[in-house]
Amino acid sequence: MSEWPPTEVGGDTRASSTISEDAPWALPMVSAIPAAQPSPSWSRRDFIKGIIASGVTVSGLSYFGSGCSGALPAQTVGGVERLLSLSVNGQLRRVDVLPAETLAMTLRYKLGLTGTKLGCDRAECGACTVLIDGVTHYSCSTLTHRVRDREITTIEGLEGPNGELHPVQQAFVDELSPQCGFCTPGQVMSAVALLRRNPNPTREEAREALAGNLCRCGAYHNYLNGVMRAAQSLGAREA
Amino acid sequence: MAELLGKDFTPPDIVGKVTGRAKYAEDFRRDGMVFCRLLTSPMPHARVRNVDARAALAMPGVVGILLPEDVPEQEGVANNILTYEPHFVGEPILAIAAVDETTAHNAIAAVRLDIEPLEFCVDPLESLRPGGPNARAGGNALIPQEGLQEVKWTEEDFAAAGEGQLPMGRPGEEWSYGDLDAGFAASTLVLDESFVTASTSHHSMEPRTAMAYWEGGKCYLHASCQSQSNALPGAARLIGIAPEDLVFIAEYCGGGFGSKGGAYPLMAIPAHMSRKVGRPVLMRVSRAEEYVLGSARPGFQGRIRLGFRPDGRIAACDLSIIQENGPNSGFGDLGAAASAVSLVYTPQAMRYRGISVLTNTPPRGAQRGPGQNQIHCAVEPLIDKAARQLGLDPVAIRRINAPTHESLYGGNQSHITSAYLREALEMGAERFGWQERRARSGQRSGSKVRAVGVGQAFHSAGSSGFDGLVRIAPDGKLHIHTGVGNLGTYSYASTSRVAAEVLRYDWANCEIHRGDSSRGLPWNNGQFGSNTSYTMSRTNYAAAMDALQKLKAIAARELGGNANDYDVRDEAVFSRANPSRRLTYAQAARTAIQLGGRYSGMETPQDINPMTRRAVESIAGTGLIGVARDNLPQDGMVPALAAGFIEIELDVETGLYEILDYLGVADCGLVMHPTSLATQVRGGAVMGFGMAAAERHVYDPRWGLPGAVGLHQAKPPSYLDVPSEMDWAAVDQAEPNNPVGVKGIGEPLMGCAAAALLCALSDALGGHYFNRTPIVADMIVNAANGRPQAHRQLQVNTQ
Repeated sequence: MSEWPPTEVGGDTRASSTISEDAPWALPMVSAIPAAQPSPSWSRRDFIKGIIASGVTVSGLSYFGSGCSGALPAQTVGGVERLLSLSVNGQLRRVDVLPAETLAMTLRYKLGLTGTKLGCDRAECGACTVLIDGVTHYSCSTLTHRVRDREITTIEGLEGPNGELHPVQQAFVDELSPQCGFCTPGQVMSAVALLRRNPNPTREEAREALAGNLCRCGAYHNYLNGVMRAAQSLGAREA
Repeated sequence: MAELLGKDFTPPDIVGKVTGRAKYAEDFRRDGMVFCRLLTSPMPHARVRNVDARAALAMPGVVGILLPEDVPEQEGVANNILTYEPHFVGEPILAIAAVDETTAHNAIAAVRLDIEPLEFCVDPLESLRPGGPNARAGGNALIPQEGLQEVKWTEEDFAAAGEGQLPMGRPGEEWSYGDLDAGFAASTLVLDESFVTASTSHHSMEPRTAMAYWEGGKCYLHASCQSQSNALPGAARLIGIAPEDLVFIAEYCGGGFGSKGGAYPLMAIPAHMSRKVGRPVLMRVSRAEEYVLGSARPGFQGRIRLGFRPDGRIAACDLSIIQENGPNSGFGDLGAAASAVSLVYTPQAMRYRGISVLTNTPPRGAQRGPGQNQIHCAVEPLIDKAARQLGLDPVAIRRINAPTHESLYGGNQSHITSAYLREALEMGAERFGWQERRARSGQRSGSKVRAVGVGQAFHSAGSSGFDGLVRIAPDGKLHIHTGVGNLGTYSYASTSRVAAEVLRYDWANCEIHRGDSSRGLPWNNGQFGSNTSYTMSRTNYAAAMDALQKLKAIAARELGGNANDYDVRDEAVFSRANPSRRLTYAQAARTAIQLGGRYSGMETPQDINPMTRRAVESIAGTGLIGVARDNLPQDGMVPALAAGFIEIELDVETGLYEILDYLGVADCGLVMHPTSLATQVRGGAVMGFGMAAAERHVYDPRWGLPGAVGLHQAKPPSYLDVPSEMDWAAVDQAEPNNPVGVKGIGEPLMGCAAAALLCALSDALGGHYFNRTPIVADMIVNAANGRPQAHRQLQVNTQ
């Protein structure tokens, strides 16, 4: 172990083994997130750095975080309005949102919509897929502030007024599509978006449309069965 | 004739999955809940000399810190909860809780560690060299019965192996049967190959987040766990409380694949933190943390010598395995691999030598087909190589070596219960059109070549001795209490239907109780090891038979005659001689409550587990209770076997391939739930394709840093990597040791697909044996062009 620890990296770490920012083993997992306090210096670059460095999303205010108590500023120092109206599943929801907050965190921790899942929190898996103006987005990598004038649809917004399942949901039940179920809400949302823009897809088109949704159980075949069945039942309903 | 078994049904938990109402561990909230984050090791092996958390604890919103001295120390080489001597990058050192996650995270970043790097190792073979590094201060190898030891092989051991071949010095474990020398002497073809099978990360979609709080002297733990009752004692032990003081909630589990089979240290951290700070604690686990803390399949460096008779029969097998075990207790993949070889290829004589070597890489654990699936990846293409040299068909050489019901298993040469691998091969070859497809193997179209492959795999698939519990309520409904867990295969539900079948219930009048230890759940095996179908059908059968006997006894008591004079139909117990003399189940349940004693659960059988006894006590007096330990006979190990058939088109210029067709055939006894089995066949295949030719496990040998932490680096298969349709079949022959003829299957369905794909890739390259999995594109291009590979032979963690 003669070359350990490395003298050429991070200065003379042999003398002081305190973690150096430059040492190769200063892993992202212990890097600081830039303080999620509104400040004039907060930039998009800082946010992206924070996301990349942390492996977790900046949660902003927690479910019962300190920021929830006390008066909410209508305007922060940096000029970002914090108290927003979001249109979620056809309802206008007032919510306090920090500048760097992701939509997934707002939905899950502010609005109680836990059907949207966080599998990777970095746009790799698709478990957090929601619709924004009918288009699929990874909510883990979407800033809530960017969607304030948009129509957001989550898995909770698909059922009919009397609790009847959306045809995609019913088809996924009938085809026994989910296994563990953790990726399922995202798969459902991608399928719903597909059938809205293409009510009669081929299986290959469905496969392409859902390709951004990973399933570690490998239930792809059964999900595609579900999409094709849903397309049929939607077609039959409209015929 | 079965009314329910063998038929499709809608499992009760599926609607929650498609609506988002299914609650996983991160979906629970509690008043006053705080967030916890981990400070993990930046080094592969280190000693923390000092922690300065003053700045962190002074931050507004920080509510507490959890240090290694606050949690129970784990004995020996068990996985730690927190430690001052981390043995892998990412091992938790301490945790901090704060009112929101950002504050917790920033507090973690404000902790100053005085940390000293220690000797580390990421390659088992390097560790075995004279003077090689040890992963732990106490040694580098885990030896059965002896524990952690320092094992170094001699320079002579290494030199004796020959160029590129695996050396074998003093093994950690070994067994043999038959006359090995005579077997090789009788062989006309001897193949001798060394190989590497990569470690693979589980990467369950749900990271192992947990939430805990304390109320009324009990700890409530929401955890991501495959298993329910079986995981509870271990979780209680990690928290340091009695099992009856833990309420364990694991109603849904977002994938585990073996990595969440039982309790694991991470789930105890929120519980300890909650006790310390007096508030509910949620600990979200990031994808990067899930990579290091979420377990991985151990890789093998191995060597196998196989002796074949002219007809393809394997006369002798000499197998050596060095297992990369991670830094801790790991898992016994290596021995399981050797036993699998003994069963699937039935060599007439066999020797196995193995050693489990520690490295400073993520802790290893069971992953779908632990040991078996690695060894099938290494051996199946070698069987094809032999077939090629002997002029035999790949299916034919497998048939001649396939096990029968009389075949023996492992070093002890123990009995098995049933084996229909030969039938699976025959059924699959017929259904797949193997002969026709094989005839067009090698056809070129530009740079693309067609190829076929067949693969086999095995895993043991059944246990006994667990408890079943059912209740017939005064309204006549059947309540089935199951403590097995919910991995996502729906087998908790299909096996519950056995109780309904025995009692001839309408499934609409049955309700399953599960997912929360306060719901009166019996002691059951965990949902792992492909065992649920076999084990839980037995326990539910035993409980239902107990209920059936009680129904008949009550009828005899109320209506006269003997219990044997009665039968059940339409949810009533009736006299065979005079069917109008009958009691509905509802009436019988009310009578059971009046009678008390064993009828209503006021008395319990002597041989049930204390957990089951507590479960019965929680529902005693509320209906007719059926409760029993599964004492049904079992003679031998229960094998799950599978065969996979594949046709691919490989582009030899790019190394990319397309799977044109796949068929998986299961030997799982009688089929219980056809669509669910189909999903297992296909899902197992998807995971197998990833293992064979895509998934990466990379470690920097110089600094011991992981290089494939995220999903895009690890490359689990997506929709676009696998066929959009795959075929399945089942032998559908009854397992004699199970009252409804079933046995498990989940694990070999992965291994047979992985092996089939590897065989097809070799077939496309004229029978080239790669000595390594996964086979990735650059390896294919190198092989196709006769160029040397980029990796050193036997090097690990390279791709």
